[in-house]
Amino acid sequence: MSHAVLSSQRPSADTEATALEVRGLGKSFAIGGLFSRESVRALHGVDLTIGRGEIVALVGESGSGKSTLARCVARLERPSSGEILLDGVDVLKRDRFQASRAFRSQLQMVFQDPFGSLNPAHRVEHFLRRSLVIHRKGGSSETETQQRLEELMTTVGLQADMLNSYPHELSGGQRQRVAIARALAVEPRVILADEPTSMLDVSVRIGVLNLMRKLRDEQGISMLYITHDLASARYLADRTAVMFAGELVEEGESLDLLASPAHPYTQLLVSAVPDPARAGSYDPVRRAELRQAVMASTSCAFDSDPNQACSAEEPVRHGVGDPENRHWVRCHLYRPQAGAGGHALATEPTDNKASA
Amino acid sequence: MTVSQVSFGSHEPVLDVKNLTVKYIGDTRSTTAVDRVSFSIGTGEVFGLAGESGCGKSTIANSIMRLLKDPAKIAAGSISFGGKDVLAMSPEELRRFRWQDVAMVFQSAMNSLNPVLTIGEQIVDIFTTHAGYSRKESLRRAGQLLELVRIDPARLKSYPHQLSGGMRQRAVIAMAVALKPSLLILDEPTTALDVVVQQEIMAQIKELQRELGFSVLFITHDMSLMVELSHRMAVMYGGRIVETAKAQDVYANPRHPYTQALMGAFPPLTGPRVPLTGLPDGVKFRNIPDLTEAAPGHFVAPFGADAEAAVLEGAAR
Ligand SMILES: Nc1ncnc2c1ncn2[C@@H]1O[C@H](COP(=O)(O)OP(=O)(O)O)[C@@H](O)[C@H]1O
Ligand SMILES: Nc1ncnc2c1ncn2[C@@H]1O[C@H](COP(=O)(O)OP(=O)(O)O)[C@@H](O)[C@H]1O
Ligand SMILES: [Mg+2]
Ligand SMILES: [Mg+2]
Repeated sequence: MSHAVLSSQRPSADTEATALEVRGLGKSFAIGGLFSRESVRALHGVDLTIGRGEIVALVGESGSGKSTLARCVARLERPSSGEILLDGVDVLKRDRFQASRAFRSQLQMVFQDPFGSLNPAHRVEHFLRRSLVIHRKGGSSETETQQRLEELMTTVGLQADMLNSYPHELSGGQRQRVAIARALAVEPRVILADEPTSMLDVSVRIGVLNLMRKLRDEQGISMLYITHDLASARYLADRTAVMFAGELVEEGESLDLLASPAHPYTQLLVSAVPDPARAGSYDPVRRAELRQAVMASTSCAFDSDPNQACSAEEPVRHGVGDPENRHWVRCHLYRPQAGAGGHALATEPTDNKASA
Repeated sequence: MTVSQVSFGSHEPVLDVKNLTVKYIGDTRSTTAVDRVSFSIGTGEVFGLAGESGCGKSTIANSIMRLLKDPAKIAAGSISFGGKDVLAMSPEELRRFRWQDVAMVFQSAMNSLNPVLTIGEQIVDIFTTHAGYSRKESLRRAGQLLELVRIDPARLKSYPHQLSGGMRQRAVIAMAVALKPSLLILDEPTTALDVVVQQEIMAQIKELQRELGFSVLFITHDMSLMVELSHRMAVMYGGRIVETAKAQDVYANPRHPYTQALMGAFPPLTGPRVPLTGLPDGVKFRNIPDLTEAAPGHFVAPFGADAEAAVLEGAAR
């Protein structure tokens, strides 16, 4: 095993230039029957930017709204409010009713399930060729198309003769690589990957993460990496954003955020990651306090600092540590109203009493 | 020294699996899901069984519980529990064995609760049917049991759908330890749960284990979780055990390339970012030989240059 330290500053990174910006994004789902007026708030006021050639991880428990955010940005879902800017252009204004082909050639999504996303009746070549044709990226001759197909396979670490394989002949990891190749065929600027490794066998997950890193480094592709696995976010992402009940509560350079999480929810998540290096350091009393802090905060942690103190109306983003790390935390006195997410925390109140 | 002689708690193993081979018999071809597997678990010991989906972990658990169904056949080997031959038990003996001696929690156990009965009714049922307690006594014990897993006894009146996933899984664990079995089998008990809930349930199991002193067979594909919880562990690949040792030794010094790949799949939460490689897609090990003792108590299946029979196939990158 090599012990080279991975650089966190890539040559292609241009953190000044923004590839994707989300402003004040909100999404409510109507629930109940046709005439029901009830709705559940899955996203609320989400602001997020991804620089060119940057990978941002979005972490949080299941139900916290991660997929809803990705689906809204990919235009698979219509957001209730907010703006989505791709290379500075407000895409909700530009393509009002549905995503245009231009949009889809800028932004592609990779899903969790590599089995469901490939039609079993077709060979690998079909999926890639189709993307090339639709987005006119296949060159001007069949020779060029063939060359491009082989290039795509090589890029994602597959042998060119697998173009003739059917999905069922491939392993889960290989199928996910095909799904990534299909996204790459359109030469997108941004890829949204929603838990791309969570259905894969553990020993091949790292390979897929390494591929994503390679695409960032060599092609400058920007990515949103959605995961509930904090360790993999730390491994892959330049920055990590934490979602709790549909709102972002903390964000920062990944190593810094996971080394010094400031929001009690982030602290709780970090403390729950199994890590043999810390085995035995688990303290049930501390955990109960954290849980209490997440569920019923009583004071602003920044009250003592007049420059940082919260206004009474609105949660404020507080800077954490070195500004270099772009690490901020939202005051947890104004904790997200768990309209939808945070279910695990909200529905297990007996833990407080018992483990304290 | 053979593998089955190494155990943690005591020298008298609670469970002793020897040379177990299980096949699924098909019309045209049969698969060997478990292939000459041997291990033992001592009193009060937590033994982990790690490996990816399809490597045969659940088949082993089901063999021990005698729950294997039709196409499955135990082709060779023995399973003994407290000196008794499990494979020779009569249906009458099995009924006792299953709840009182060994209990099992499945991955999706929380969904296997009966939706039309309250939690209380389901626990009371275990006590009245298997332990012969009166209804009143059973109800009292059911309340105690919920308290043991930190669920408010008022929840006895709740239906499964009224509890969160984490609570349901805890209720199932409570039911499993109801009759104080000496061995608890946990087959991926937290795979469907979020990390925070998973951590709490594992802490709970640890605590119960300390309190009640049962042995545990803990099955998971999460190496970090396994190392945290287990005293000793085995790593399986394609129905074979490729490595077994104290969990800390496997963690600190994984020897088999497959174990190394599994370990490498879990990036650390501290220290510098170090590139990891995992296992290349499509790599397969074949003809895995028997374990040999590579260091005291640390058994590894020979691989690579050590063993002509162990072939590493596939497009390594
Ligand atoms: N189509 C939908 N209709 C109603 N509620 C939905 C729908 N999609 C998602 N939700 C709700 O929105 C919340 C966030 O879900 P999701 O974005 O899938 O979370 P995550 O991906 O973080 O697990 C959940 O409470 C979920 O039940
Ligand atoms: N009912 C069955 N019929 C045929 N093959 C089966 C059956 N159940 C399991 N298998 C096979 O046995 C092997 C081991 O499966 P299992 O014990 O469930 O693995 P694990 O629990 O490690 O995921 C797999 O290759 C699987 O395909
Ligand atoms: Mg999701
Ligand atoms: Mg299984």
